[in-house]
Parts: sequence; structure tokens; C-alpha cells
Amino acid sequence: MQRSLNIDPGKCTGCRQCEMACSYENEKVFNPSKSRIRVFTFDAEARFVPYTCTQCAEAWCMRACPVDAIRINLGTGAKEIHNDVCVGCKVCTIACPFGTVNYNADTGKVMKCDLCEGDPACAKACPTAAITYVDANWTGLDKMRMWAAKTDSAMTAN
Amino acid sequence: MHYVVLGAGPAGVVAAETLRTADRAGTITLVGGEPEPPYSRMAIPYFLTGKIPAEGTHLRKAPGYYDTLGIGFRQGTAEGLDTDAKRIAFADGSHLHYDRLLIATGARPVRPPIAGLERKAVHHCWTLEDARNIVTLAEPGSHVVLMGAGFIGCIVLEALAMRGVNLTVVEMGDRMVPRMMNPTAGTMIRKWCETKGVRVLTSTRIKSLQSVAAEKSRGIFGFLRRKEAPRDSDTIDVELDTGEMLAAHLVVVCAGVKPNTDFLEGSGIRTDGGILVDRYMRTSANDVYAAGDVARGYDFSTKGHDVHAIQPTASEHGRIAALNMAGHNVQYNGSLQMNVLDTLGLISSSFGLWDGVEGGEAVEVVDHDAYRYLCLQFKDDVLVGGTAIGMTQHIGCLRGLIQAGTRLGPWKERLRRDPMRIMDAYVAHSQMA
Amino acid sequence: MGWAGKILRVNLTAGTVKSEPLNMEWAQRYLGSRGLGTKYLMEEIDPRVDPLSPDNKLLFATGPLTGTMASTGGRYTVITKGALTGAIACSNSGGFFGNELKNAGWDMIIVEGRAASPVYLHVENQTARLLPADDLWGTSVWHTEEAIKAKHHDPQIRIASIGVAGEKGVKYACVVNDLHRAAGRSGVGTVMGSKNLKAIAVRGTLGVRIKDFDAFFRATEAAKAVLAGNAVTGQGLPAYGTQVLMNVINESGAMPTRNHRDIQFEGAHKISAEAMAEKRPTDGKANLARNGACFGCTIACGRISQIDRTHFSVKDKPQYWGASGGLEYEAAWALGSNTGVDDLEALTYANFICNEQGMDPISFGATVSAAMELFEIGAITTRETGGIELRFGSAEALVKLAELTGKGEGFGAEIGLGSRLLTAKYGHPDLHMGVKGQEFPAYDSRGIQGMGLTYATSNRGACHLRSYTVASEILGIPEKTDPLATDGKAGLVKAFQDATAAFDSAGICIFTSFAWTLQDVAPQVDAACEGDWTVEKMLEVGERIWNLERQFNLAAGLTAKDDTLPKRLLKEAAKTGPATGRVNDLGKMLPEYYALRGWSPDGVPSNETLARLAL
Repeated sequence: MQRSLNIDPGKCTGCRQCEMACSYENEKVFNPSKSRIRVFTFDAEARFVPYTCTQCAEAWCMRACPVDAIRINLGTGAKEIHNDVCVGCKVCTIACPFGTVNYNADTGKVMKCDLCEGDPACAKACPTAAITYVDANWTGLDKMRMWAAKTDSAMTAN
Repeated sequence: MHYVVLGAGPAGVVAAETLRTADRAGTITLVGGEPEPPYSRMAIPYFLTGKIPAEGTHLRKAPGYYDTLGIGFRQGTAEGLDTDAKRIAFADGSHLHYDRLLIATGARPVRPPIAGLERKAVHHCWTLEDARNIVTLAEPGSHVVLMGAGFIGCIVLEALAMRGVNLTVVEMGDRMVPRMMNPTAGTMIRKWCETKGVRVLTSTRIKSLQSVAAEKSRGIFGFLRRKEAPRDSDTIDVELDTGEMLAAHLVVVCAGVKPNTDFLEGSGIRTDGGILVDRYMRTSANDVYAAGDVARGYDFSTKGHDVHAIQPTASEHGRIAALNMAGHNVQYNGSLQMNVLDTLGLISSSFGLWDGVEGGEAVEVVDHDAYRYLCLQFKDDVLVGGTAIGMTQHIGCLRGLIQAGTRLGPWKERLRRDPMRIMDAYVAHSQMA
Repeated sequence: MGWAGKILRVNLTAGTVKSEPLNMEWAQRYLGSRGLGTKYLMEEIDPRVDPLSPDNKLLFATGPLTGTMASTGGRYTVITKGALTGAIACSNSGGFFGNELKNAGWDMIIVEGRAASPVYLHVENQTARLLPADDLWGTSVWHTEEAIKAKHHDPQIRIASIGVAGEKGVKYACVVNDLHRAAGRSGVGTVMGSKNLKAIAVRGTLGVRIKDFDAFFRATEAAKAVLAGNAVTGQGLPAYGTQVLMNVINESGAMPTRNHRDIQFEGAHKISAEAMAEKRPTDGKANLARNGACFGCTIACGRISQIDRTHFSVKDKPQYWGASGGLEYEAAWALGSNTGVDDLEALTYANFICNEQGMDPISFGATVSAAMELFEIGAITTRETGGIELRFGSAEALVKLAELTGKGEGFGAEIGLGSRLLTAKYGHPDLHMGVKGQEFPAYDSRGIQGMGLTYATSNRGACHLRSYTVASEILGIPEKTDPLATDGKAGLVKAFQDATAAFDSAGICIFTSFAWTLQDVAPQVDAACEGDWTVEKMLEVGERIWNLERQFNLAAGLTAKDDTLPKRLLKEAAKTGPATGRVNDLGKMLPEYYALRGWSPDGVPSNETLARLAL
């Protein structure tokens, strides 16, 4: 059964443990600016929204890649960047309509959430269960998927 | 059912893959025009800089990939198409019958009418073969003149400059990347390139390319006007319309591209600066589809048809065309004009109607010192276009907001005060609605 | 590792910035943040200096755990000679600024001198620049943050700034970061204002490294589990915030009311955590919107509140309709029970203004309450107040004075003097409820005896955050002691003081100490930092820091005479509640405390003590 990151902004306190866990997992340093997940803060609305790749079915990033550097991990369903192949052309960063692929100038490669091979560090670090890793069919990802569908420039079957 | 995909760039490869998924039984033939496995032109600059070997440009990397999928791959340059007989004629005299055809032949570089363009050290930068030739000539310290500072010119510029050459760019437009960047952004990129040691000449044309010997024969005055003359037998003298002469070991021509449609002459397939397709990627001929840089696909922003020569659009075209070829009925919602460019570390991108729309509104922030720029184009409270420089985080949200047609409501005012909060606006609308 | 190893030295007089290596020998002896900053200050300034002169320095210091996954590891401390007190000042703040500074590669910023005209410091990783702030001068913290982010085109910049209060010399001006987190006490913002430094804006993307990640991860995970499993840090604080204390302290008879004349407040239930969570009849919303965390904090005690839009304080001011930093217990007390005001929305508004203009709500509320008493006894009249009927319980007066004081206007300028100068000016210095010039926080030491000793001996003037014996005397953490007893309180205070100094210097929040002891902290520091960081070493560092601060104060001219409480607490018995009839018996505790500290009867550390602590 494939699982997905389920994000419940209502539970998020904005502490950024997820950002630190993510950056450490991927970069071996505590550096929120290198995190694949980011918490957005809306002060006046008193809302904290963790945000990252939903591993969308459309896989815009993967299809935009000119060198086959983004591939699906068949175990997790994650679209993973293969750093040894990525040339840093950044086309995936503009192709992803969710804004969840970022260019890292330090490495000359792009970066995105890869679900940590099925054991996401952000979910483990979240103290309030605002980020959980759950059965993909069960999650509240529907809202994000609906949003994805709105952006999907292709699939208006008729 | 025999599907033929003419062209093995991203549109062709994605189409072939999609066909295989959509029709497990059909026969699929993928035809490449060059003696290479399917590769991506997007990756050529990285081959030029030595970041990747030639294989690194290949679109699919797994050994025997196409065989495994049951996709037949052959080489051939199409010379004619008979849509009644459903037959393609190739340059080598062979023919291929199809039941359904996808034309994804892409584009080829334009050769401007300039004397001397046939000289040895003059190259386009379009194919892997071109790239190999450039690599041998663009040695560190050599003098290189780049004709054209459009999108492709700028990508090549980065690769050449990183090879450590002395580079001069000659662009006839009034700024760099005029078809992707507005004057503010184009000027900022120019300034950046100049601080990185690239000489940039805009509003300047190359009049002719001459050999040193020819130049010398013009006498002492012409010689004196030469810039930093390398005393080298293989150099070319580049004559500018300003009167200046530039000496170069290599001239790279990036003067635009045009769609590969010559072979369609007499086929009855309608073209107009590209193959005309409907929203199902069908051409005017039965069972013939077109995709990628050769096709004037549906434009999401203008609701018209245009060529959007970028890989995401090409692969999307390929996918939609293939689904329709396989009998699904899938309408294309249109592509967005967009591009991303890295000029010597300065990263720029533009999306949609980045030049604005009539009756629309633009907000922008310019920071010349920090080389940061963001321009947002609105129609009412909907984002319709954008230009960014120096931004690498969450930039895809511009595409998302434009294509979702998100009404930004109160966020429009916030963006007016601080356009850099665009990702906040995006998250607010996508996650808190 | 743990430390970034770098100090940014900024000389405002010369307009220069430079990078220096961190003194790693001192880091081993003073850890970081509060301790290490105090060591630098002690070495670099004459403690007798006028706090508002260019010769005073202002330090922004992170700790070795700042910017790491250690829970609450996002804190920084502002260290200087306090404008309010003339004593050592070190005000600790959470939010996100501390992490950003550490991520930019700096352990500390040392600000020297005074700029000829307003400036702000812009730090982008290893690049630092002083930029003109003329257009920001005269504007609020909230405006300054928005303007700087817009100017640098980066919404992710973190900013610590002063509001108009700090510019105008309000003696208890804060440094506010992230809109509503503050280095609040002792007038550190006043010092910043005197230097013509409006703000420090930081963007850090370099990352923070630690010594041994596996050990660190084990230690921080274990420590987080302790926080989550603890009733206070796992349930009470996230749900109710520090406001969980309002009813508890009131029932304990230790809630200073109306400038400490009373010890219980009849309106406490109207301004408590429970009241904040209740839906208002007017708009169906609660005052409390939700809780929020500072960087890295797994407790998340922060209150985020929204004011009733129909309330008189904001009905014509939509800029205050959004959610912002809500009432913490100390603010609710100072603005509320101490002024006799039980209007929750008015208190929230006054608190917003304190954040917006950068002033300490404790000292502000306490000074207003002292002024109310002066008004009541006729020492001041509406002539002085500019027409304000300054009566206990008047929400209108409180709101008006918050606005005026925040901008240093009208009678607000006098409220900005702080209660010591204000009461002296009008001939009633005994009405100053504080120690060393700093107003008391929200615990009456007649009802919690240990807090009397805490206040009297606190190096930065009256403060609950130097030894929070309330934890033991009221909440039973780590073990229950009798709040009305004095026996054993000297030892209790010393133990809390030393441990707290160690917590503060690590870069974490003292609220973790509801659940953590140094047994929990030491392994985290040890895994992050070079050196053998045992509990014993942490305690020794804590005690060393305490004595260093004491040395600063003695050198600044303070003496044992300053280790005392106002006459009201020593002579006027509590009238209600469990402490009825009691005063604070400081005299029974102080000599024992000095002895335990290894100080002379005059409160001076002995040579043996100094030698033992290698001072």
C-alpha cells in the first residue's frame, strides 16, 4: 500500500522541526533554507501551513526533465531527483505548478521531497502530528489534488 | 495498428511511451533524424561545459530501454509525406507506412544571410555534433563571438563562458533575451554578464565573416580597427555594422530556429510558422498529429495557437497527441509560454503573458544591486504573467497561479505592496481556501 | 560545532563591520548566549558606564543549541548594561531571529558606539552592511519589519527592531523580533535606541552543524519525549499558555493587585486563559485564535489572539483586527490585575501596542499601576495626566496610556520613565514596586516567599526568570515546597539561579525546565559541542555566570543595599488569601543565601569563591 504525506495545517504550531529534520536528512546540516518542506506563516490569520510536494500523478517535474534525472521510486511512488544525472537546467522548477521543486545553487542541482525512501523525516519530527505519513487512499490530500486538477492543463476528457 | 512517431526529441519519446501505455498491442516506430539515440537539446550546454558526457544528454538512460517497451527505433530524415497513401518517404529512398502518424520533427537553426557563414570555425549550437565541434574550438583563452542573445544564445553563452573563453555576444535586438525578458530584466541580465567578463553588444548586427587573410588584404586601417587580435591562422574576422572588427577562433550562430516542415510541402498539411493543430493535436490531415517545437499548439494565455519551444510543452504535446492517437479523446488545455535561464549564475524565468495585457496591471520590484527582479502581470485579480530574476525558490507557483486562473482577492493588494510574497499568496489560496 | 565560531563586530560610530573568531576558551567556560555574552561585555566595557552612552555595548548572542533540532533551540539573548536598572541586562527572546542569526554563521553580534543618524544592520550570511534608517525612524516595529522585508525583496528576512518607544527613550523599551517576540526587560531596546540602531535584519542560509548527530538525535528525541509527557509542557502550556497560571496564582494569594496593595484580583477569571478561550457574544470568536511555537519549540505555549472588532479600542482601527501575539500571563497580570482592569480585549490591545512599539508590558503595566496609585492619593492629577482619569480599573486610561507611552507622547513620556523615576518625581518613591529599578513580575512575594529572595538577588533587577521558584513553591516542580515557608529557600533560589543560567546560555527556553533538568540538557549540549559537557560542568558554568553578573553589578556601583524589596512587601501584610497576615521575610533568607553563595555578608563573592569558579 503506498503512503502519502498528510498535512493538517490546523495542527501546525509553526515550530519548523520538520524543516530542520528535512535539511538534516538531505544535507547533513540544520538549515531550513535547504528543506524540501517549508512552513508558511500567515500572522494575521493565525495559520501555519507546512507545504511540500504531493508526489502528484501528473509528475510535471519528471516529464519536464530533459535528462531522465527524475524518476519514480516504485516502492514509495515518490518522484526522486537523481543527483548524479541532474544537470541543473531548472526546467522542472518552472514546470511544477505547485512550486515545490527548488534549485540549490550550492550544488547546482534541483531538490524536492523524495519521501525519505518511505520514512519521511519531517513526519517523524513533527511534534503535533500536523504531518503524518499515511495510507494514500485515506488522506486529506483530496484538497491538494483538487487544486492539482485545476492546474492540470491536459486532462479535460470529453 | 502501426504508430509512427517522426522525431525523437522529448515530444516524440514521450509520445512513444504514452502510446505504449495506451495501446499495449500496437506497433510503434520512433524515427530519429540524427545518428544518435534520442537525446535532449536542453542538455547540450551541460555537455559543452563538461558537466555530463554525451550519454548524459540521452532522454532515457536505461540500457535497451526502447526495446524493452517494444518501441522500434530507427534513423531517417523524412523527405516527403503522402497522407492519402499514409506513407513517409525518407532521404535514403526508403519508405514507411503508418496507420497513425505523429510529426514531432522539431526545429532547426536559422542561417541568416550573412557572407562567410559557411566558414569552418562557424557553428550552430543545435545538435550533439555541433556541440562536439564547438568543444574542440572553444578552448580556454580562445576568442569566441556568439551571434544572438536569445534564449538559446544565452544558454550557449553560459556554457561558453564556463569554458573560459573570451566571449563577445552580438545581438541585433535592443536587449538580451528580448522574446523572454522585458527591457528591465534584459538589461539586468546584460549588466550581470558584463560584470562576469562577457562583452555584450546589443542593437548590433554582424555584417560579414571574413578570413584573416581577406581582412589583411584590406590594408593597414582595417587591421588597426581589429579588437584584441589573436595572431592565429585559424581566426575569423567578424565585421559588425558599427564598423568594428572582432577576431574570433570560433563563431557560434544562435540566430533563431524554424520548424522542420519542409518535407510537408505538397502533403496538404497546413502550416503557418509551424504545423497547425487543433486542441487534440490533430493536423489538417487524417490520422496525422503534430507535437513539440514543430507544432503551433494551443496557447493557454492567448487562446490562440503558437510554438512554445520548451521541453515541458513538448512532452505535454507528445502525451496528449499519443492519447488521442490511441483512441482516447483528450482535449489539450493549452501550454503556457515559459522559460528559465541561467546566465553565469543569474537565474531568470518568465511565464505566460509576461509583457502584460491590455487593461491589465503590473507590479514589480527591481533591485539592481542585488540583481533581483520580480514583475507580476495581472488581469483584474488574476495573475496572467510574470518575470523573475534571482529567484529559485517556489518559482513554479507562478505557473500554478496563472494556469489555475486563481482569483487573488485581498492578496492582490498585498502583492502590490510586496510582490515577493507571491508564494504566500499561492499557499494561502491552495491550502487555506 | 554547536558554535558557529564567529562574532560580528559592528561599530556604529565608525560605521564599520568586521568578523572575528569566537573566543573558544571562553565558550568552554561560559557556554554561549547569556553567559558568553556577559563575559564579552564584562571584558569590553567599564561597568560604570552610562547605559545610554556610546561607550555601552549591545550584544545579540545565540547559544550552541540555537538553530538545532533541540526543542526550543531558537533563542537569543540581548546583553548590555540596562537602561532601566543600571545593572547587567540580559533579555532572552524566542521567535525566529535567533535561528536566522545562527544560520547566517554568527554566534554573536557586538554593537558598539553610536551612529550619527539612524541606521539598521543588514546581515546576509557572511555579508553585513549598515544602511540608513531615516525612513524607518519614527515608525513601529510592525512597520519596520514589513518595510525591511519589502525593501530587500525577501519575506524570509528575520528582524529584531525597536519601535518608537525605544527611540524616545522609554526606559523599558524592548527589542522585538518576529512581530511579537521580545527581548523584553531592563530597557535593552532603550540602549538600542540610544545608539540610533533601528533594527537588525538577518537572512541566514548557511546551516548549523553539530558534533555528533547520532548522539544528538538520541538526546534531543529523549528530551522531547520528556516535554511531551510532562503535564505542564505537554498539555498545560500548549493549551493555555503561561496564562494557565492566572487562576492558580490568584487562588494562592500571590497575585499582586493594584500596585501590590492587594494580593488577589476579583477580576482574574475575566482575564484568565479560560476567558481567552471562551467565545465572545459579540462575534462568536474566542480571544485566543490558536497557539504558536517559536523556532524549534515542541511546547508551543505562544498565544495568538484576535481582538473583538467592536471593542472600543479597535473599532475604528482595522490594522489591529488581525491576529497577533496575545496575552501571556505576565502581561495579562501587569496590564490587568495590577491596574485593576478586567477587560480582556483592552488588555490584548495594550499588549499589541507594547509589541508594536516595543515596550515591556510588565514594566509598562506596573508603571501605570504606580501612576494610578499616585493619582488616587492626589500626587498627580488630570493636570499632569493631560486629562486622563487615571483610576484603577479604567480600561480607557490603560489603552490611552499604551498609545501615548508607545510613542513617548504626553503623559506617556512620564510613564516611560518607569515606576522608580516616576514615583520619585512625584515624591513617593516607596510606591515603586520593583528591585534595582525594574518592576516586579506577576508573583507577590508575600504569598510566595522564595520569590522575594529571587527578586532581591536577581542580577537584572526584579525578575521571575532568574529563579522561578514558583515551580517548586506552587506547582511542585521538581518537588513541592511550602510557599509561605522561608526555610530552605536560599538553597532553592541558588539552585534555580545556577541551573537557569546554564539553560539560558545553551540557547534554549527556560520553560523547558518545567520538565527538564540539567540531566536532560547536558547530553544535548554534549552531543552538539566540543568539550565534556556533564551536568556538573553545566552547573559550574551556571554558577560562574551568576557570579560574573554579580561582579558586573558590584563594579557598576550596586551593593548589598540594592538586594532588597519595597517597604510594602516587607511591612504591609497581605490582606486576603492563604498568605493573610504575611509579609516577605527577606531578612530570614538573604544572609543564608549570601553564605551559600560563598559571598561576604555584604554580598561580595569571596576570593575563595572566585578562585573556585576561576573568575
